Amino acid sequence: MSSIASPSGSIDVAFPRLNLASWYVFVVGGVLTFATLVIGGVDTGWTFYTPYSSTYANSHVITAAAGIFVVGFSSILTAINFIATVHTMRAPGLTWMRLPLFVWSLYATSLIIVLGTPVIAITLALVAAERLFRFGIFNPALGGDPLLFQHLFWFYSHPAVYVMILPGMGVVSEVISCFSRKRVFGYRMVAFSSLAIALLGFLVWGHHMFVSGMSAFSGMIFSLLSFLVAIPSAIKVFNWTATLHRGSISFQTPMLYALGFIGLFTIGGLTGLFLAAMAVDVHVHDTYFVIAHFHYIMVGGMVMGYLGGIHYWWPKMTGRMYPESWARLAALIVFIGFNLTFFPQFVLGYLGMPRRYHAYPPEFQVLNVLSSAGASILAVGYLIPMVYLLWSLRYAPRASSNPWGAVGLEWHTPSPPPPHNFAKTPVVSDETFSYAPST
Amino acid sequence: MTVRELSGRGAATILAALLALTALTTAVAYADLGRFAAAVAIAIATAKALLVAFYFMELRASSRVVRVYAAAGILFLALLLLGTLDDSVRRLPASDETPAGASR
Amino acid sequence: MSDAAGSPVAEPFEDLEQERAARRLGMWVFLATEVLFFGGLFTGYAVYRAGHPAAFAEASRRLDVLLGALNTSVLLTSSFTMATAVRLAREGSGRRARAWLALTAALGAAFLAVKGFEYAEKFRERLVPGASFGVEGPHAPAERIFFSFYFVMTGLHALHMLVGLGVVAAVARRLRDDGPVELAGLYWHFVDVVWIYLFPLLYLVSRHA
Repeated sequence: MSSIASPSGSIDVAFPRLNLASWYVFVVGGVLTFATLVIGGVDTGWTFYTPYSSTYANSHVITAAAGIFVVGFSSILTAINFIATVHTMRAPGLTWMRLPLFVWSLYATSLIIVLGTPVIAITLALVAAERLFRFGIFNPALGGDPLLFQHLFWFYSHPAVYVMILPGMGVVSEVISCFSRKRVFGYRMVAFSSLAIALLGFLVWGHHMFVSGMSAFSGMIFSLLSFLVAIPSAIKVFNWTATLHRGSISFQTPMLYALGFIGLFTIGGLTGLFLAAMAVDVHVHDTYFVIAHFHYIMVGGMVMGYLGGIHYWWPKMTGRMYPESWARLAALIVFIGFNLTFFPQFVLGYLGMPRRYHAYPPEFQVLNVLSSAGASILAVGYLIPMVYLLWSLRYAPRASSNPWGAVGLEWHTPSPPPPHNFAKTPVVSDETFSYAPST
Repeated sequence: MTVRELSGRGAATILAALLALTALTTAVAYADLGRFAAAVAIAIATAKALLVAFYFMELRASSRVVRVYAAAGILFLALLLLGTLDDSVRRLPASDETPAGASR
Repeated sequence: MSDAAGSPVAEPFEDLEQERAARRLGMWVFLATEVLFFGGLFTGYAVYRAGHPAAFAEASRRLDVLLGALNTSVLLTSSFTMATAVRLAREGSGRRARAWLALTAALGAAFLAVKGFEYAEKFRERLVPGASFGVEGPHAPAERIFFSFYFVMTGLHALHMLVGLGVVAAVARRLRDDGPVELAGLYWHFVDVVWIYLFPLLYLVSRHA
């Protein structure tokens, strides 16, 4: 079963062998990247800023760059597959406006991957070439421009964060709808917002460079555009909230995670707007404020979206039902642990604690200790599902084809689905999320 | 969907046009066009590229989706170029060296 | 379910129409990624040319414009032969299509041979960036950057040509229907389009006295 094929009513993705190839390419890239760690590591930081990475670093930059290059291509191959599948392989009657919102989010994600990843690939290749051949493209001592690297790097690396969040948003749309027993409010707006996030996300990369020496005028443009990109995300939050309104709400585990997502993503998104204001960013750039911001999005948002999705589709994928009480407990522990870990970091950053330092002044100790305590609680919250999910594979009761009473093509197949997803090609006649009894 | 075929003679015509444009761009490089030299060269190259794309690659007969993705690649490259150059030219020291006859 | 040539439609497609549409779209999406891939290099080139126009002009003059123009013509002709091969494969003339594919590959190989010759020449003239870069004077750092871009851009292009030769060979061997030939053609033409831009940007910055 595939997250794209099954909800689209298709038996498989458009290019099954490319699908498999992308997995093998991913493994090769993963091995290369992991090998970098084993042979001695790389000390440039994930951002590979030049000229340190391209000239002066004595660590394994080229191996790391090669690993990322290869993994990037694995993503590209899958994104091509998703795009072709959604365009050409939808079941009869499944128009674009009837696609599940999860599929819309994966489509938008694929769009970003296809347009952004090649740029990081060539940029890292250029860094490797500079190391090998001493070109000087990024080395000021030889007439090069380090900011050129940063432009090329962030052109991908900003859209990359939308790659990271869009699937989670897709999960939230599915889960909120199912556990409110209502179709998502403003389906069209949510679908188009996914596309808008993907496209607008390419216009804002300079906001990572406000204090790099970039021209102030250029900075102002990027700042304005960064405010713009918050709008489609906000639209989604409003629509999810409106979906909850007057819905028949139940609080199973996937719903708990989805609700957590909405609140925490909102905090993360708002603080992103604070950072987009150049005047604020000058003070909090490279402090823990930034770290708190993106962890609210990545963990409070995406990880919770991921956990919600895992629980939502676990019975479908595995044919087993996880233990609900333990799962709710874990969700609560994750929520508490997360906030205790990262909220203090907003304060720390605002008070001036820099990131990427090995030590901090003693006045920051209490908040740091709180944060570390939160991290250990969060760890417990992660461990519990690992245990019961594995346990459930063998000992939990078997799941029916539709344990949640959800609407969507994937719930019409047995759990787990047979090799070709559907015994016969389904024909779609209902609108998406039609939870009301059909007339 | 059936693709409108380019005949043998049609393809040869396109090739002739491409070769002629190549000769043109080479010849024009020897003229002093000052600050327009780059623009002219890119314009001629784009004409050649469009000929290859629309005729040899059959873009003119392709579906709308294909045309959108072809355009998207170009558009986003333009975005990368624009955003990077906008910052770079404002920031890097104005070069006092210019090709003869051009002004900055 | 099978196509006109009698071979079965590949899983998971329901009909040939769908298979063709999906494969064509998949190839074009891949080509879009290639535009951005080369695009990073074009961006770096643009930044430095904007900052050092005279040095770039100087460096560009050190390239052999005749060889460049010749190679451009060779590649453009290879696109013509490739388009012809696709047309013949569609008409069912497998043997003639194979001949034109061979011609395409030969032209591609000729391109690479000329490129190799140029590289050797540049090596002899000490124009390869690195410790032994032989240009002196105030323009030297920017010329070195020009040649860095020259080698990376044409090198990456040559790599794509090599892959293209492999693709053409693979498609010629298994010439069952015209689907793969068309896809190979799209790739080949794309690599040609990249060169269409590389030639003026590298060889023709400024040739007037």
